[in-house]
Amino acid sequence: MKILVPIKRVVDYNVKVRVKADQSGVELANVKMSVNPFDEIAVEEAVRLKEAGKASEIVVVTIGPEKAQEQIRTAMAIGADRGILVKTDAPIDLGGVEPLAVAKTLKALVEKEKPDLVIMGKQSIDDDSNQTGQMLSALLGWSQGTFASKVEIDGDAVKVTREVDGGLETLSLKAPAIITTDLRLNEPRFAKLPDIMKAKKKELEVVEPAALGVDYTPRLSIVKVVEPPKRVGGGKVSSVDELVDKLKNEAKVI
Amino acid sequence: MSILVIAEHDNKTIANASLNAIGAAHKIHGDIHVLVAGSSCGQVADAAAKIAGVAKVLKADAPELGHGLAENLAPLIADLGKDYSHVLAPSSTFGKNVLPRAAALLDVQQISDISAVIDADTFERPVYAGNAIATVKSSDGIKLITVRGTNFDAVAAEGGSAEIEDISSKGDSGLSSFDKLDVVESDRPELTSANIVVSGGRGLGSKENFAIIEKLADKLGGAIGASRAAVDAGYVANDMQVGQTGKVVAPSLYIAVGISGAIQHLAGMKDSKVIVAINKDADAPIFEIADYGLVGDLFEIVPELTDKL
Ligand SMILES: Cc1cc2nc3c(=O)[nH]c(=O)nc-3n(C[C@H](O)[C@H](O)[C@H](O)COP(=O)(O)OP(=O)(O)OC[C@H]3O[C@@H](n4cnc5c(N)ncnc54)[C@H](O)[C@@H]3O)c2cc1C
Repeated sequence: MKILVPIKRVVDYNVKVRVKADQSGVELANVKMSVNPFDEIAVEEAVRLKEAGKASEIVVVTIGPEKAQEQIRTAMAIGADRGILVKTDAPIDLGGVEPLAVAKTLKALVEKEKPDLVIMGKQSIDDDSNQTGQMLSALLGWSQGTFASKVEIDGDAVKVTREVDGGLETLSLKAPAIITTDLRLNEPRFAKLPDIMKAKKKELEVVEPAALGVDYTPRLSIVKVVEPPKRVGGGKVSSVDELVDKLKNEAKVI
Repeated sequence: MSILVIAEHDNKTIANASLNAIGAAHKIHGDIHVLVAGSSCGQVADAAAKIAGVAKVLKADAPELGHGLAENLAPLIADLGKDYSHVLAPSSTFGKNVLPRAAALLDVQQISDISAVIDADTFERPVYAGNAIATVKSSDGIKLITVRGTNFDAVAAEGGSAEIEDISSKGDSGLSSFDKLDVVESDRPELTSANIVVSGGRGLGSKENFAIIEKLADKLGGAIGASRAAVDAGYVANDMQVGQTGKVVAPSLYIAVGISGAIQHLAGMKDSKVIVAINKDADAPIFEIADYGLVGDLFEIVPELTDKL
Protein backbone atom coordinates (compact mmCIF):
# COMPACT_ATOMS: atom_id res chain seq x y z
CA MET A 1 0.00 0.00 0.00
CA LYS A 2 1.22 3.44 -0.90
CA ILE A 3 0.45 6.42 1.32
CA LEU A 4 0.48 10.07 0.35
CA VAL A 5 0.97 12.56 3.19
CA PRO A 6 0.40 16.23 2.41
CA ILE A 7 2.17 18.55 4.87
CA LYS A 8 2.35 22.31 5.34
CA ARG A 9 5.00 24.80 6.40
CA VAL A 10 3.49 26.99 9.13
CA VAL A 11 4.58 29.38 11.86
CA ASP A 12 5.74 27.24 14.79
CA TYR A 13 3.02 26.75 17.40
CA ASN A 14 5.13 28.33 20.12
CA VAL A 15 5.39 31.65 18.29
CA LYS A 16 3.01 34.42 19.26
CA VAL A 17 2.27 35.96 15.89
CA ARG A 18 2.07 39.69 15.27
CA VAL A 19 -0.24 41.40 12.83
CA LYS A 20 1.47 43.49 10.13
CA ALA A 21 1.15 47.25 10.47
CA ASP A 22 -0.46 47.54 7.03
CA GLN A 23 -3.12 44.97 8.09
CA SER A 24 -2.35 42.73 5.12
CA GLY A 25 -1.53 39.65 7.17
CA VAL A 26 0.75 38.48 9.94
CA GLU A 27 4.47 39.04 10.20
CA LEU A 28 6.37 36.05 8.76
CA ALA A 29 9.84 37.53 8.44
CA ASN A 30 12.36 35.96 10.83
CA VAL A 31 9.72 33.78 12.43
CA LYS A 32 10.39 30.13 13.25
CA MET A 33 8.64 27.84 10.76
CA SER A 34 7.76 24.19 11.33
CA VAL A 35 5.73 21.31 9.99
CA ASN A 36 2.08 21.88 10.93
CA PRO A 37 1.70 19.74 14.10
CA PHE A 38 -1.28 17.79 12.77
CA ASP A 39 0.73 16.93 9.64
CA GLU A 40 3.58 15.64 11.76
CA ILE A 41 1.04 13.30 13.36
CA ALA A 42 0.00 12.24 9.83
CA VAL A 43 3.59 11.46 8.85
CA GLU A 44 4.10 9.49 12.07
CA GLU A 45 0.95 7.46 11.42
CA ALA A 46 2.09 6.60 7.91
CA VAL A 47 5.51 5.57 9.19
CA ARG A 48 3.92 3.33 11.83
CA LEU A 49 1.82 1.66 9.13
CA LYS A 50 4.97 1.06 7.15
CA GLU A 51 6.77 -0.33 10.20
CA ALA A 52 3.80 -2.63 10.78
CA GLY A 53 4.23 -3.96 7.26
CA LYS A 54 0.99 -2.43 6.00
CA ALA A 55 2.48 0.29 3.84
CA SER A 56 5.19 0.01 1.23
CA GLU A 57 5.95 3.62 0.35
CA ILE A 58 5.30 7.02 1.90
CA VAL A 59 5.34 10.08 -0.32
CA VAL A 60 5.11 13.52 1.30
CA VAL A 61 3.98 16.54 -0.62
CA THR A 62 3.91 20.20 0.24
CA ILE A 63 2.79 23.32 -1.55
CA GLY A 64 4.87 26.32 -0.69
CA PRO A 65 8.05 28.29 -1.19
CA GLU A 66 11.48 26.85 -1.96
CA LYS A 67 12.19 26.81 1.78
CA ALA A 68 9.37 24.36 2.39
CA GLN A 69 11.93 21.72 1.41
CA GLU A 70 13.00 21.97 5.06
CA GLN A 71 9.63 20.61 6.14
CA ILE A 72 9.86 17.80 3.59
CA ARG A 73 13.26 16.87 5.01
CA THR A 74 11.78 16.84 8.52
CA ALA A 75 9.09 14.42 7.34
CA MET A 76 11.74 12.29 5.65
CA ALA A 77 13.71 12.16 8.88
CA ILE A 78 10.62 10.75 10.60
CA GLY A 79 10.48 8.11 7.87
CA ALA A 80 8.85 9.34 4.65
CA ASP A 81 10.52 7.87 1.56
CA ARG A 82 10.16 10.53 -1.07
CA GLY A 83 9.06 14.16 -1.36
CA ILE A 84 7.35 16.49 -3.78
CA LEU A 85 7.42 20.27 -3.51
CA VAL A 86 4.81 22.12 -5.52
CA LYS A 87 6.65 25.39 -5.64
CA THR A 88 4.84 28.69 -5.37
CA ASP A 89 5.70 32.12 -4.07
CA ALA A 90 2.05 32.91 -3.34
CA PRO A 91 1.26 33.25 0.37
CA ILE A 92 0.18 29.93 1.84
CA ASP A 93 -1.25 31.19 5.13
CA LEU A 94 -3.73 33.93 4.17
CA GLY A 95 -4.85 35.47 0.89
CA GLY A 96 -2.97 33.10 -1.37
CA VAL A 97 -3.22 29.37 -1.91
CA GLU A 98 -6.58 28.41 -0.43
CA PRO A 99 -7.83 24.99 0.76
CA LEU A 100 -9.81 24.37 -2.44
CA ALA A 101 -6.73 25.10 -4.56
CA VAL A 102 -4.65 22.84 -2.34
CA ALA A 103 -7.24 20.09 -2.72
CA LYS A 104 -7.13 20.47 -6.52
CA THR A 105 -3.35 20.27 -6.48
CA LEU A 106 -3.46 17.16 -4.34
CA LYS A 107 -6.07 15.61 -6.60
CA ALA A 108 -3.71 16.01 -9.56
CA LEU A 109 -0.92 14.41 -7.56
CA VAL A 110 -3.13 11.55 -6.37
CA GLU A 111 -3.99 10.81 -9.99
CA LYS A 112 -0.30 10.69 -10.79
CA GLU A 113 0.99 8.86 -7.73
CA LYS A 114 -2.01 6.55 -7.23
CA PRO A 115 -1.79 6.13 -3.45
CA ASP A 116 -4.21 3.83 -1.63
CA LEU A 117 -4.51 6.16 1.33
CA VAL A 118 -3.99 9.85 2.02
CA ILE A 119 -3.27 10.84 5.62
CA MET A 120 -3.21 14.55 6.41
CA GLY A 121 -3.72 17.03 9.25
CA LYS A 122 -7.26 18.04 10.18
CA GLN A 123 -6.34 21.70 10.20
CA SER A 124 -3.35 23.92 9.71
CA ILE A 125 -2.64 26.13 12.67
CA ASP A 126 -2.19 29.28 10.57
CA ASP A 127 -5.51 29.84 8.81
CA ASP A 128 -7.37 27.27 10.94
CA SER A 129 -9.78 26.37 8.11
CA ASN A 130 -10.15 22.60 8.56
CA GLN A 131 -11.25 21.98 4.95
CA THR A 132 -8.59 20.47 2.72
CA GLY A 133 -9.00 16.75 3.51
CA GLN A 134 -12.76 16.87 3.13
CA MET A 135 -12.42 18.79 -0.16
CA LEU A 136 -9.87 16.39 -1.57
CA SER A 137 -12.10 13.52 -0.62
CA ALA A 138 -15.02 15.13 -2.48
CA LEU A 139 -12.97 15.85 -5.61
CA LEU A 140 -11.74 12.25 -5.74
CA GLY A 141 -15.07 10.71 -4.76
CA TRP A 142 -13.29 8.86 -1.93
CA SER A 143 -14.41 8.13 1.62
CA GLN A 144 -13.28 10.39 4.46
CA GLY A 145 -12.36 9.73 8.07
CA THR A 146 -11.83 13.12 9.65
CA PHE A 147 -10.44 14.00 13.13
CA ALA A 148 -9.07 10.50 13.58
CA SER A 149 -7.78 9.26 16.92
CA LYS A 150 -7.39 5.66 15.75
CA VAL A 151 -6.94 4.04 12.35
CA GLU A 152 -7.11 0.29 11.72
CA ILE A 153 -6.44 -1.13 8.28
CA ASP A 154 -7.42 -4.55 7.08
CA GLY A 155 -7.12 -4.99 3.33
CA ASP A 156 -9.33 -2.40 1.72
CA ALA A 157 -11.38 -1.92 4.89
CA VAL A 158 -10.37 1.07 6.98
CA LYS A 159 -11.81 1.55 10.45
CA VAL A 160 -11.49 5.04 11.84
CA THR A 161 -12.28 6.31 15.32
CA ARG A 162 -13.12 10.00 15.19
CA GLU A 163 -13.03 12.67 17.88
CA VAL A 164 -16.48 14.23 17.59
CA ASP A 165 -18.29 16.73 19.81
CA GLY A 166 -20.32 14.01 21.49
CA GLY A 167 -17.49 11.56 22.13
CA LEU A 168 -15.85 9.00 19.85
CA GLU A 169 -17.42 7.83 16.61
CA THR A 170 -16.28 4.76 14.70
CA LEU A 171 -16.78 4.52 10.93
CA SER A 172 -15.91 1.86 8.40
CA LEU A 173 -14.51 3.29 5.19
CA LYS A 174 -13.93 1.74 1.85
CA ALA A 175 -10.39 2.31 0.57
CA PRO A 176 -9.04 4.40 -1.05
CA ALA A 177 -9.72 6.86 1.75
CA ILE A 178 -8.69 10.22 3.14
CA ILE A 179 -7.84 10.31 6.82
CA THR A 180 -7.41 13.58 8.71
CA THR A 181 -5.58 13.43 12.00
CA ASP A 182 -6.51 14.66 15.45
CA LEU A 183 -4.17 15.18 18.38
CA ARG A 184 -4.66 11.80 20.03
CA LEU A 185 -3.81 9.66 17.00
CA ASN A 186 -0.18 9.30 18.05
CA GLU A 187 2.78 11.14 19.47
CA PRO A 188 5.30 11.86 16.72
CA ARG A 189 8.83 10.66 17.41
CA PHE A 190 11.87 12.91 17.56
CA ALA A 191 14.02 12.22 14.54
CA LYS A 192 17.48 10.89 15.40
CA LEU A 193 20.62 12.37 13.91
CA PRO A 194 21.36 9.42 11.56
CA ASP A 195 17.79 9.68 10.25
CA ILE A 196 18.21 13.40 9.68
CA MET A 197 21.39 12.69 7.71
CA LYS A 198 19.70 9.94 5.71
CA ALA A 199 16.78 12.26 4.93
CA LYS A 200 19.10 14.63 3.09
CA LYS A 201 19.76 11.99 0.46
CA LYS A 202 16.16 11.02 -0.23
CA GLU A 203 14.56 11.96 -3.53
CA LEU A 204 12.84 15.35 -3.62
CA GLU A 205 11.07 16.44 -6.77
CA VAL A 206 10.09 20.06 -7.43
CA VAL A 207 7.09 20.75 -9.67
CA GLU A 208 5.34 23.90 -10.82
CA PRO A 209 1.61 24.33 -10.12
CA ALA A 210 1.01 25.02 -13.82
CA ALA A 211 2.36 21.58 -14.68
CA LEU A 212 -0.47 20.15 -12.58
CA GLY A 213 -3.03 22.40 -14.25
CA VAL A 214 -3.96 24.29 -11.09
CA ASP A 215 -4.51 27.98 -10.62
CA TYR A 216 -3.85 29.75 -7.32
CA THR A 217 -5.94 32.88 -7.83
CA PRO A 218 -7.74 33.30 -4.50
CA ARG A 219 -11.51 33.29 -4.21
CA LEU A 220 -11.43 35.11 -0.89
CA SER A 221 -9.79 38.49 -0.76
CA ILE A 222 -8.31 39.65 2.50
CA VAL A 223 -9.88 42.99 3.38
CA LYS A 224 -7.77 43.32 6.50
CA VAL A 225 -6.12 41.37 9.29
CA VAL A 226 -6.20 42.96 12.72
CA GLU A 227 -5.40 42.08 16.30
CA PRO A 228 -8.29 40.80 18.37
CA PRO A 229 -9.63 43.16 21.04
CA LYS A 230 -7.34 42.99 24.05
CA ARG A 231 -8.79 41.41 27.13
CA VAL A 232 -8.05 43.35 30.29
CA GLY A 233 -7.02 40.79 32.88
CA GLY A 234 -4.45 40.55 35.59
CA GLY A 235 -6.86 41.02 38.51
CA LYS A 236 -5.94 39.04 41.62
CA VAL A 237 -7.71 37.98 44.79
CA SER A 238 -5.91 36.83 47.90
CA SER A 239 -8.29 34.26 49.34
CA VAL A 240 -11.19 31.97 48.52
CA ASP A 241 -13.49 34.21 50.59
CA GLU A 242 -12.55 37.23 48.52
CA LEU A 243 -13.08 35.23 45.32
CA VAL A 244 -16.56 34.11 46.37
CA ASP A 245 -17.44 37.65 47.39
CA LYS A 246 -16.27 39.12 44.06
CA LEU A 247 -18.09 36.50 42.00
CA LYS A 248 -21.31 37.15 43.91
CA ASN A 249 -21.23 40.88 44.42
CA GLU A 250 -18.95 42.38 41.80
CA ALA A 251 -19.18 40.11 38.75
CA LYS A 252 -22.63 38.80 39.78
CA VAL A 253 -22.11 35.55 37.91
CA ILE A 254 -23.08 33.14 40.69
CA MET B 1 -31.18 36.41 -1.11
CA SER B 2 -31.98 33.05 0.40
CA ILE B 3 -30.03 31.18 2.98
CA LEU B 4 -29.95 27.47 3.68
CA VAL B 5 -28.94 26.44 7.19
CA ILE B 6 -27.92 22.83 7.72
CA ALA B 7 -29.44 21.68 11.00
CA GLU B 8 -27.35 19.60 13.37
CA HIS B 9 -29.37 17.04 15.28
CA ASP B 10 -29.45 13.45 16.51
CA ASN B 11 -32.75 12.55 14.78
CA LYS B 12 -34.58 13.51 17.98
CA THR B 13 -33.57 16.99 19.04
CA ILE B 14 -32.02 19.89 17.24
CA ALA B 15 -28.60 20.97 18.54
CA ASN B 16 -28.25 24.42 20.09
CA ALA B 17 -25.49 25.23 17.62
CA SER B 18 -28.10 25.18 14.83
CA LEU B 19 -29.91 28.07 16.53
CA ASN B 20 -26.70 30.09 16.60
CA ALA B 21 -26.14 29.37 12.89
CA ILE B 22 -29.67 30.64 12.19
CA GLY B 23 -28.74 33.69 14.28
CA ALA B 24 -25.86 34.31 11.87
CA ALA B 25 -28.21 33.82 8.91
CA HIS B 26 -30.39 36.64 10.29
CA LYS B 27 -27.37 38.97 10.12
CA ILE B 28 -26.98 38.20 6.41
CA HIS B 29 -30.66 39.01 5.74
CA GLY B 30 -32.74 36.89 3.40
CA ASP B 31 -35.25 34.06 3.47
CA ILE B 32 -34.04 31.38 5.82
CA HIS B 33 -34.59 27.72 4.99
CA VAL B 34 -33.44 24.86 7.18
CA LEU B 35 -32.34 21.44 5.96
CA VAL B 36 -33.13 18.58 8.31
CA ALA B 37 -31.46 15.50 6.86
CA GLY B 38 -31.65 12.35 8.92
CA SER B 39 -33.39 9.09 9.49
CA SER B 40 -36.82 9.09 11.17
CA CYS B 41 -36.17 12.74 11.86
CA GLY B 42 -39.74 14.02 11.62
CA GLN B 43 -39.63 15.27 15.19
CA VAL B 44 -36.60 17.42 14.35
CA ALA B 45 -38.27 18.83 11.23
CA ASP B 46 -41.32 19.75 13.34
CA ALA B 47 -39.08 21.49 15.87
CA ALA B 48 -37.20 23.31 13.09
CA ALA B 49 -40.48 24.58 11.65
CA LYS B 50 -41.21 26.29 14.97
CA ILE B 51 -37.92 28.20 15.10
CA ALA B 52 -38.44 31.95 14.91
CA GLY B 53 -37.72 33.43 11.49
CA VAL B 54 -37.50 30.18 9.53
CA ALA B 55 -39.48 30.37 6.27
CA LYS B 56 -39.24 26.74 5.16
CA VAL B 57 -37.94 23.40 6.34
CA LEU B 58 -36.58 20.86 3.88
CA LYS B 59 -36.83 17.36 5.26
CA ALA B 60 -34.78 14.54 3.78
CA ASP B 61 -35.60 11.38 5.68
CA ALA B 62 -33.66 8.28 4.66
CA PRO B 63 -31.71 5.54 6.45
CA GLU B 64 -28.43 6.53 4.80
CA LEU B 65 -28.73 10.06 6.24
CA GLY B 66 -29.15 8.84 9.80
CA HIS B 67 -25.63 9.44 11.02
CA GLY B 68 -24.62 12.53 9.11
CA LEU B 69 -22.10 10.65 6.95
CA ALA B 70 -20.41 13.28 4.80
CA GLU B 71 -20.28 11.01 1.75
CA ASN B 72 -24.09 10.77 1.71
CA LEU B 73 -25.00 14.21 2.98
CA ALA B 74 -22.61 16.45 1.01
CA PRO B 75 -24.09 15.63 -2.44
CA LEU B 76 -27.53 16.56 -1.13
CA ILE B 77 -26.27 19.87 0.30
CA ALA B 78 -24.37 20.62 -2.92
CA ASP B 79 -27.44 19.96 -5.03
CA LEU B 80 -29.73 22.11 -2.89
CA GLY B 81 -27.05 24.76 -2.48
CA LYS B 82 -27.29 25.77 -6.14
CA ASP B 83 -30.57 27.53 -5.38
CA TYR B 84 -29.24 29.59 -2.47
CA SER B 85 -26.94 32.56 -2.03
CA HIS B 86 -25.59 31.20 1.26
CA VAL B 87 -25.32 27.80 2.90
CA LEU B 88 -24.51 27.83 6.61
CA ALA B 89 -23.66 25.11 9.11
CA PRO B 90 -22.50 25.18 12.71
CA SER B 91 -18.75 25.09 13.21
CA SER B 92 -19.04 21.83 15.14
CA THR B 93 -17.41 18.53 14.24
CA PHE B 94 -20.59 17.82 12.26
CA GLY B 95 -20.40 21.02 10.21
CA LYS B 96 -16.62 20.89 9.83
CA ASN B 97 -16.85 17.36 8.50
CA VAL B 98 -19.58 17.78 5.91
CA LEU B 99 -19.57 21.37 4.64
CA PRO B 100 -16.12 21.46 3.00
CA ARG B 101 -17.08 18.31 1.10
CA ALA B 102 -20.18 20.07 -0.23
CA ALA B 103 -18.14 23.21 -0.98
CA ALA B 104 -15.68 21.27 -3.13
CA LEU B 105 -18.55 19.64 -5.03
CA LEU B 106 -19.84 23.15 -5.76
CA ASP B 107 -16.35 24.47 -6.56
CA VAL B 108 -16.69 27.02 -3.75
CA GLN B 109 -13.98 28.19 -1.34
CA GLN B 110 -15.67 27.79 2.04
CA ILE B 111 -15.36 30.42 4.75
CA SER B 112 -14.72 28.60 8.03
CA ASP B 113 -15.71 29.59 11.52
CA ILE B 114 -17.03 33.11 10.97
CA SER B 115 -17.24 35.33 14.04
CA ALA B 116 -19.05 38.29 12.43
CA VAL B 117 -21.05 39.19 9.33
CA ILE B 118 -19.98 42.47 7.73
CA ASP B 119 -22.22 42.19 4.65
CA ALA B 120 -23.53 39.42 2.42
CA ASP B 121 -20.06 38.79 0.93
CA THR B 122 -17.78 39.85 3.76
CA PHE B 123 -17.09 38.09 7.04
CA GLU B 124 -14.72 38.11 9.97
CA ARG B 125 -12.99 34.97 11.12
CA PRO B 126 -10.30 34.25 13.68
CA VAL B 127 -7.00 32.89 12.35
CA TYR B 128 -3.75 31.88 14.04
CA ALA B 129 -5.53 30.55 17.14
CA GLY B 130 -7.47 33.80 17.43
CA ASN B 131 -4.33 35.93 17.59
CA ALA B 132 -5.53 37.70 14.46
CA ILE B 133 -8.94 38.43 13.04
CA ALA B 134 -9.18 38.34 9.24
CA THR B 135 -11.90 40.10 7.30
CA VAL B 136 -12.46 38.19 4.07
CA LYS B 137 -14.61 38.96 1.05
CA SER B 138 -15.82 36.09 -1.08
CA SER B 139 -16.08 36.24 -4.86
CA ASP B 140 -17.91 32.90 -5.11
CA GLY B 141 -21.48 32.88 -6.40
CA ILE B 142 -22.62 30.79 -3.43
CA LYS B 143 -21.13 31.28 -0.01
CA LEU B 144 -20.56 28.20 2.12
CA ILE B 145 -19.92 29.16 5.70
CA THR B 146 -19.43 27.52 9.07
CA VAL B 147 -20.52 29.60 12.04
CA ARG B 148 -18.71 30.00 15.36
CA GLY B 149 -21.65 29.60 17.75
CA THR B 150 -20.28 31.70 20.59
CA ASN B 151 -20.27 34.82 18.40
CA PHE B 152 -23.93 34.74 17.40
CA ASP B 153 -27.00 34.78 19.62
CA ALA B 154 -29.22 31.75 19.31
CA VAL B 155 -32.62 32.51 17.80
CA ALA B 156 -35.76 31.58 19.72
CA ALA B 157 -36.68 27.91 19.34
CA GLU B 158 -40.38 28.86 19.31
CA GLY B 159 -42.48 31.40 17.48
CA GLY B 160 -42.30 30.27 13.86
CA SER B 161 -44.59 28.16 11.73
CA ALA B 162 -42.69 27.21 8.61
CA GLU B 163 -43.95 24.75 6.02
CA ILE B 164 -42.15 21.43 5.79
CA GLU B 165 -41.23 20.14 2.33
CA ASP B 166 -40.16 16.54 1.83
CA ILE B 167 -37.15 16.11 -0.39
CA SER B 168 -35.34 12.97 -1.41
CA SER B 169 -31.92 11.71 -0.48
CA LYS B 170 -29.18 11.26 -3.09
CA GLY B 171 -28.83 7.67 -1.97
CA ASP B 172 -26.13 5.72 -0.20
CA SER B 173 -22.66 6.31 -1.62
CA GLY B 174 -21.52 2.96 -0.27
CA LEU B 175 -18.21 4.59 0.67
CA SER B 176 -18.61 4.63 4.42
CA SER B 177 -20.79 3.23 7.15
CA PHE B 178 -21.45 4.06 10.76
CA ASP B 179 -20.30 1.54 13.37
CA LYS B 180 -20.85 3.21 16.73
CA LEU B 181 -20.77 6.32 18.84
CA ASP B 182 -19.23 6.12 22.29
CA VAL B 183 -20.73 8.89 24.35
CA VAL B 184 -19.74 9.87 27.82
CA GLU B 185 -23.14 10.14 29.47
CA SER B 186 -23.52 13.13 31.72
CA ASP B 187 -26.28 15.14 33.35
CA ARG B 188 -24.18 18.26 33.19
CA PRO B 189 -24.95 21.04 30.72
CA GLU B 190 -23.49 20.81 27.24
CA LEU B 191 -20.03 22.37 27.20
CA THR B 192 -20.35 24.87 24.36
CA SER B 193 -23.63 26.35 25.56
CA ALA B 194 -23.12 26.12 29.34
CA ASN B 195 -23.38 29.25 31.43
CA ILE B 196 -20.57 28.16 33.74
CA VAL B 197 -17.55 26.06 32.77
CA VAL B 198 -14.97 24.64 35.16
CA SER B 199 -11.86 23.41 33.33
CA GLY B 200 -8.95 21.40 34.62
CA GLY B 201 -5.45 21.05 33.26
CA ARG B 202 -2.29 19.08 33.76
CA GLY B 203 -2.04 20.53 37.27
CA LEU B 204 -4.69 18.04 38.39
CA GLY B 205 -2.13 15.29 38.02
CA SER B 206 -4.45 12.31 37.58
CA LYS B 207 -7.86 11.10 36.55
CA GLU B 208 -8.76 10.46 40.19
CA ASN B 209 -7.79 13.98 41.22
CA PHE B 210 -10.00 15.37 38.48
CA ALA B 211 -12.96 14.52 40.73
CA ILE B 212 -12.45 17.81 42.58
CA ILE B 213 -13.19 19.64 39.31
CA GLU B 214 -16.39 17.61 38.94
CA LYS B 215 -17.51 18.48 42.46
CA LEU B 216 -16.94 22.18 41.88
CA ALA B 217 -18.74 22.05 38.52
CA ASP B 218 -21.70 20.24 40.07
CA LYS B 219 -21.94 22.73 42.91
CA LEU B 220 -22.16 25.50 40.30
CA GLY B 221 -24.37 23.58 37.88
CA GLY B 222 -21.64 24.00 35.30
CA ALA B 223 -20.06 21.98 32.52
CA ILE B 224 -16.58 20.48 32.62
CA GLY B 225 -13.81 21.44 30.26
CA ALA B 226 -10.14 20.59 30.02
CA SER B 227 -6.86 21.55 28.44
CA ARG B 228 -5.27 19.39 25.79
CA ALA B 229 -2.71 18.19 28.31
CA ALA B 230 -5.48 16.85 30.57
CA VAL B 231 -7.13 15.05 27.65
CA ASP B 232 -3.85 13.64 26.32
CA ALA B 233 -3.05 12.33 29.80
CA GLY B 234 -6.41 10.58 29.89
CA TYR B 235 -7.87 12.50 32.86
CA VAL B 236 -11.00 13.22 30.80
CA ALA B 237 -12.57 12.40 27.42
CA ASN B 238 -11.56 14.15 24.20
CA ASP B 239 -14.86 15.97 23.83
CA MET B 240 -13.98 18.16 26.81
CA GLN B 241 -10.97 19.80 25.19
CA VAL B 242 -11.32 23.56 25.01
CA GLY B 243 -9.13 25.47 22.59
CA GLN B 244 -7.95 26.21 19.08
CA THR B 245 -8.43 22.65 17.99
CA GLY B 246 -11.12 21.63 20.45
CA LYS B 247 -14.30 23.38 21.50
CA VAL B 248 -14.85 27.10 21.71
CA VAL B 249 -16.76 28.30 24.75
CA ALA B 250 -17.86 31.70 26.01
CA PRO B 251 -19.75 31.17 29.28
CA SER B 252 -20.53 33.89 31.81
CA LEU B 253 -18.02 32.26 34.13
CA TYR B 254 -14.95 30.20 33.17
CA ILE B 255 -12.82 28.77 35.94
CA ALA B 256 -9.41 27.53 34.80
CA VAL B 257 -7.77 25.24 37.33
CA GLY B 258 -4.18 24.08 36.95
CA ILE B 259 -4.06 25.37 33.36
CA SER B 260 -1.06 27.45 32.30
CA GLY B 261 -2.81 29.43 29.57
CA ALA B 262 -1.11 28.39 26.31
CA ILE B 263 -2.37 30.38 23.29
CA GLN B 264 -4.03 27.25 21.96
CA HIS B 265 -6.10 27.00 25.13
CA LEU B 266 -6.89 30.72 25.29
CA ALA B 267 -8.21 30.51 21.71
CA GLY B 268 -11.14 28.50 23.00
CA MET B 269 -12.13 30.48 26.10
CA LYS B 270 -10.91 34.06 26.05
CA ASP B 271 -14.34 35.40 25.05
CA SER B 272 -15.80 34.19 28.36
CA LYS B 273 -17.44 36.99 30.32
CA VAL B 274 -15.63 36.41 33.60
CA ILE B 275 -12.46 34.33 33.89
CA VAL B 276 -11.13 32.91 37.14
CA ALA B 277 -7.68 31.32 37.23
CA ILE B 278 -6.36 29.09 39.98
CA ASN B 279 -2.68 28.25 39.60
CA LYS B 280 0.31 27.92 41.89
CA ASP B 281 2.60 29.71 39.45
CA ALA B 282 2.05 33.47 39.81
CA ASP B 283 3.66 33.99 36.39
CA ALA B 284 1.37 31.60 34.49
CA PRO B 285 0.08 33.35 31.34
CA ILE B 286 -3.51 32.46 32.26
CA PHE B 287 -3.40 35.24 34.89
CA GLU B 288 -2.87 37.86 32.17
CA ILE B 289 -6.39 37.32 30.90
CA ALA B 290 -8.08 36.40 34.19
CA ASP B 291 -10.42 38.80 35.94
CA TYR B 292 -9.84 37.05 39.25
CA GLY B 293 -6.61 35.19 39.71
CA LEU B 294 -5.89 33.20 42.83
CA VAL B 295 -2.32 32.01 43.28
CA GLY B 296 -1.98 28.83 45.27
CA ASP B 297 -2.31 25.08 45.44
CA LEU B 298 -5.42 23.93 43.63
CA PHE B 299 -5.76 20.92 45.93
CA GLU B 300 -6.40 23.33 48.83
CA ILE B 301 -8.25 26.05 46.96
CA VAL B 302 -10.74 24.00 44.94
CA PRO B 303 -12.25 22.00 47.85
CA GLU B 304 -12.46 25.18 49.94
CA LEU B 305 -14.17 27.01 47.11
CA THR B 306 -16.62 24.15 46.61
CA ASP B 307 -17.46 24.27 50.33
CA LYS B 308 -17.97 27.99 50.44
CA LEU B 309 -20.26 28.30 47.45
C1 LIG C 1 -1.46 21.72 17.21
C2 LIG C 1 -1.74 21.99 18.65
C3 LIG C 1 -3.05 22.17 19.04
C4 LIG C 1 -3.35 22.40 20.37
N1 LIG C 1 -4.64 22.58 20.72
C5 LIG C 1 -4.96 22.80 22.01
C6 LIG C 1 -6.29 23.02 22.43
O1 LIG C 1 -7.23 23.00 21.63
N2 LIG C 1 -6.54 23.21 23.74
C7 LIG C 1 -5.54 23.23 24.69
O2 LIG C 1 -5.83 23.40 25.88
N3 LIG C 1 -4.26 23.05 24.32
C8 LIG C 1 -3.95 22.83 23.00
N4 LIG C 1 -2.65 22.61 22.67
C9 LIG C 1 -1.65 22.41 23.74
C10 LIG C 1 -1.12 23.68 24.37
O3 LIG C 1 -0.05 24.17 23.60
C11 LIG C 1 -0.62 23.38 25.81
O4 LIG C 1 0.37 22.38 25.76
C12 LIG C 1 -1.71 22.92 26.76
O5 LIG C 1 -2.82 23.80 26.70
C13 LIG C 1 -1.18 22.87 28.17
O6 LIG C 1 -2.14 22.34 29.06
P1 LIG C 1 -2.09 22.71 30.61
O7 LIG C 1 -2.21 24.19 30.75
O8 LIG C 1 -3.08 21.87 31.29
O9 LIG C 1 -0.67 22.16 31.03
P2 LIG C 1 0.63 22.94 31.49
O10 LIG C 1 1.03 23.96 30.50
O11 LIG C 1 1.61 21.91 31.88
O12 LIG C 1 0.15 23.72 32.76
C14 LIG C 1 -0.17 23.13 33.98
C15 LIG C 1 -0.36 24.25 34.98
O13 LIG C 1 -0.80 23.72 36.21
C16 LIG C 1 -0.20 24.44 37.26
N5 LIG C 1 -0.19 23.58 38.44
C17 LIG C 1 0.47 22.38 38.61
N6 LIG C 1 0.20 21.88 39.82
C18 LIG C 1 -0.59 22.76 40.45
C19 LIG C 1 -1.19 22.81 41.74
N7 LIG C 1 -1.02 21.81 42.65
N8 LIG C 1 -1.96 23.87 42.07
C20 LIG C 1 -2.14 24.88 41.18
N9 LIG C 1 -1.61 24.89 39.95
C21 LIG C 1 -0.85 23.83 39.59
C22 LIG C 1 1.18 24.77 36.76
O14 LIG C 1 1.69 25.93 37.43
C23 LIG C 1 0.91 25.04 35.28
O15 LIG C 1 0.67 26.43 35.03
C24 LIG C 1 -2.32 22.43 21.33
C25 LIG C 1 -1.00 22.27 20.93
C26 LIG C 1 -0.71 22.06 19.61
C27 LIG C 1 0.71 21.88 19.19
